Amino acid sequence: MDLFFQQVLNGLTLGSIYGLVALGLTLVYGILHVPNFAHGALYMVGAYISYFVMVDMGLNYWVAMIAAAGVVALISVLCERLIFHPLRHAPPIHDKIAAIGVMLFLEAVVQMHWGADFRRMPTPYTSILHFGDITLPAQRLLIIVAAFSLMGLLHLYLKKTMTGSTIVAMAQNREGAFLVGINANRVAMMTFAIAGGLAAVAASLFAPINLVYPAMGHLLLTKAFVIIILGGMGSIPGAIIGALIIGFAEALGGFYISGTYKDLIAFALLVFILSVKPTGLFTKGVR
Amino acid sequence: MNRLVEFLVSPAMKILLIALALVFPFVAGDEYQIYVMALAFIWAIAAYGFNIITGYCGQLNLAHGGFFAIGAYVVAILTVDHGWAFWPAFVASMVAGAVFGFLVGVVSLRLKEHYFAIFTLCVGYIIYLLLDKWEEVTHGSLGIINITPPEGFGLIDFTETIPFYYLVLFFLVLAIWLCSRISNSLVGRTFRAIRTSDDLAQSLGINLMRNKVLAFVLSTVYAAGAGGLYAGVVRFIGPAEAEIQHTFDLITYMLVGGIGTLMGPLLGTLIIMWLTQFLQSLEEYRMIVFGPLLVLLVIFFPMGIIGSFLSWRGRRAARRSPAHKTLSRVTEDDQDDKNREAGNNA
Repeated sequence: MDLFFQQVLNGLTLGSIYGLVALGLTLVYGILHVPNFAHGALYMVGAYISYFVMVDMGLNYWVAMIAAAGVVALISVLCERLIFHPLRHAPPIHDKIAAIGVMLFLEAVVQMHWGADFRRMPTPYTSILHFGDITLPAQRLLIIVAAFSLMGLLHLYLKKTMTGSTIVAMAQNREGAFLVGINANRVAMMTFAIAGGLAAVAASLFAPINLVYPAMGHLLLTKAFVIIILGGMGSIPGAIIGALIIGFAEALGGFYISGTYKDLIAFALLVFILSVKPTGLFTKGVR
Repeated sequence: MNRLVEFLVSPAMKILLIALALVFPFVAGDEYQIYVMALAFIWAIAAYGFNIITGYCGQLNLAHGGFFAIGAYVVAILTVDHGWAFWPAFVASMVAGAVFGFLVGVVSLRLKEHYFAIFTLCVGYIIYLLLDKWEEVTHGSLGIINITPPEGFGLIDFTETIPFYYLVLFFLVLAIWLCSRISNSLVGRTFRAIRTSDDLAQSLGINLMRNKVLAFVLSTVYAAGAGGLYAGVVRFIGPAEAEIQHTFDLITYMLVGGIGTLMGPLLGTLIIMWLTQFLQSLEEYRMIVFGPLLVLLVIFFPMGIIGSFLSWRGRRAARRSPAHKTLSRVTEDDQDDKNREAGNNA
């Protein structure tokens, strides 16, 4: 039973990280209806920046995380301004291709600058907490707490502030939002900034218990897509629920079924779900 | 000027291109250039497959590189682990491409636009993970070495570069010929109707699912066949063949040449492959150049070289004489059709 609870905790850690990444993806999709294939690369850049600030410049872990969030948010906004905005009236295939271009560009730049080696980021929180027979490294606790407080903050921002409501309004009804005078450019830039920032924070939180390398975003991006399809593309609670489902499925499946193929579990779930219900679990209709 | 433009689209141009390809090994500086050209032809075959599903039918299949890898692995596993000869293994690779393509297509093509692209991205990743992890069958991340080259039955030695070049050229011409037949047929027009609008095509009585699956299976057979040839010439493959970069390379080839045009994939592949060769030092970091290049192409130049040329020619003809235009539309219905297609695509 302890082993089971241990896996539940691991699943919660994974789910928190997936949730932060999937939230950014789903926000962007809700606003622009673009599947942002560059999102995984933004996550990867976030990990490298916090690694660089913390290890090479010797600054505090939290400073590194904030710096990474700032830089990645900026890159994300630039992508919106320079690429997705000019392509907003293009056929749907074009912005997808452009997003893949951005992804491979960012990866190549990082690889040229920092090399392709696998790196491990140190963490200031190395203690391990014990609850009976269950062990919980402090970093994992930090991940869970930080991720859920960020999700809470995002919820408050979207529901309680004016600027947050404009994002929700535009996701709900584009034309309606324009009619009441919402500035579409501002909302799009804000959404991309939030999405990038969340990805960078997720990367900084996850990097100490995972490896940092240029292709680290691929797997996470594909899983984040699985999550937002599960939860309905554009849906915020859907992304969090989907992330927890995938996190638990992987932790439990990896333990009880097969450790080698645990990365395949999410995709097997996706194939199964889309075969049964082509529009995703919680969506009401095809966009 | 006018003659030149007309020559470029005339049948004589095709004969000239084939003749150029035939004499290339005799004018090439060294064997390495012939080898690069043969590789470029192999990638061009895969790009033609991509062009059928994405260019003509409008479905962005991000697992295309994965099907290339499946073809390469079928040849590698059958020849190295099971002692098959190359040719039966090559046929098996295309059959595998068709079978896997059908299975994936039947599930994935029920999804539209974004869902389809995301789903195929995941399929590509599943293929990569399987090739990497399923060590009993695929040799895992070590890859497979010493793949049997094509047998020449005592007449030709395909381990030599020049005979192999001609072999690949033969398959390329076959692939382009088949593609042009498809493009001009009712099936090809059906594909383009689907690209223009799913709903409109359906209201014309087109069976969406059947035609999309057909386009998908055709494209995966192209990809798997190209992969099989690749395994035969390079004779070493690894899971890296299934990485998303290859799919992206193929998109670049297609976009540079002109997506949805007949000669676009070939032109794009040759230009980019040779550019990469000249920028040898860039090989590993080529995406620093090609990533932004692709973004710029998509924003400013979405029709590619051939597409832009055709639409420029179409506009020119229209400007010269309106009467001539209607005439030319009857006689060169096909070419004009492509102009409009290219226009729609943009």
